[in-house]
Amino acid sequence: MTQTIDVVVNGARRPVARDATLLELLRSLELDPRAVVVEHNRRIVRRPALGDVRVAEGDAIELVHFVGGG
Amino acid sequence: MTTAVEVVQDAPLTIGGRTFPSRLLVGTGKYRDSDTMVRAIEASGAAIVTVAVRRVNLDRTKEEGILYHLDPKKYFLLANTAGCFTAEDAVRYARLAREAGFNEFVKLEVIGDQETLLPDVQGLLEAARTLVREGFKVLAYTNEDLVIALRLEDAGCAAVMPLASPIGSGLGLLNPFSVRAIKRRIQVPVIVDAGVGTASDACITMEQGVDGILMNTALAAARDPVAMAHAMRLAVEAGRAAFLAGRMPRREVALPSSPAEGMLD
Repeated sequence: MTQTIDVVVNGARRPVARDATLLELLRSLELDPRAVVVEHNRRIVRRPALGDVRVAEGDAIELVHFVGGG
Repeated sequence: MTTAVEVVQDAPLTIGGRTFPSRLLVGTGKYRDSDTMVRAIEASGAAIVTVAVRRVNLDRTKEEGILYHLDPKKYFLLANTAGCFTAEDAVRYARLAREAGFNEFVKLEVIGDQETLLPDVQGLLEAARTLVREGFKVLAYTNEDLVIALRLEDAGCAAVMPLASPIGSGLGLLNPFSVRAIKRRIQVPVIVDAGVGTASDACITMEQGVDGILMNTALAAARDPVAMAHAMRLAVEAGRAAFLAGRMPRREVALPSSPAEGMLD
């Protein structure tokens, strides 16, 4: 049994620890949870819930923030 | 020193129940560097600053979002849905933007054509209705069509944003008649968005009586963005003051300024 699973983060396949939470995923990517908004399989996960939601094989995760725009 | 705008009694710009000290709104895209952007925004005197929602770049070791450079306590951040071509996408981006936690305002764009970046007004109306239902204050980027502007107001938009000319074109106000018609018929603020190229464009636009202007490329693509931001600040104030002052009627024949009487024999 493998210790990692593949999820799709911002369009790219990435291995993460099995049963990792979204908060753990952010930490592994060295992202401050206060600085990003997380969408998990098209549903926004609010910051307080990031530690409760676990990822599963093939999940689509989008991590967004504000950039320059008009 | 008393400035023209203090001489003129003018109510502040109010959108969706919030009051803002400047009628000039600016974007944050396309600047050559962040320092220039910050100084240009400062020089513009803008209170409302637009930002876009995009993926975090995971390949860079130290990703810096716009908030690294702009203090959200100092500026009112207005997220846009730029780049969205369907109502569904625009709604998705708006929800993500709101979740970032600054405010419930969104500059709604649903683009219908890649080349001209003209709005898809059908998608725009659909997205506006959905977002208003969800409690958003929607500022809708639209074309200069009066009927669509009326529909957007009916849909509950907090402001209607007709274009001066296509995004990034710098062609100035192409259709002052239509923009005036919209302003005359719409109760919510009318903010002209996109197409202003230089200070005279901004001044002429404000002289139509609109409530404000949003610009980005005119500053970012100027040779000196900070100086242009200063010029735009003055132009917006001048145009607003001239509108409130009420211009003289146009005449096709001359009228002397000096008395016709008292001339020597």
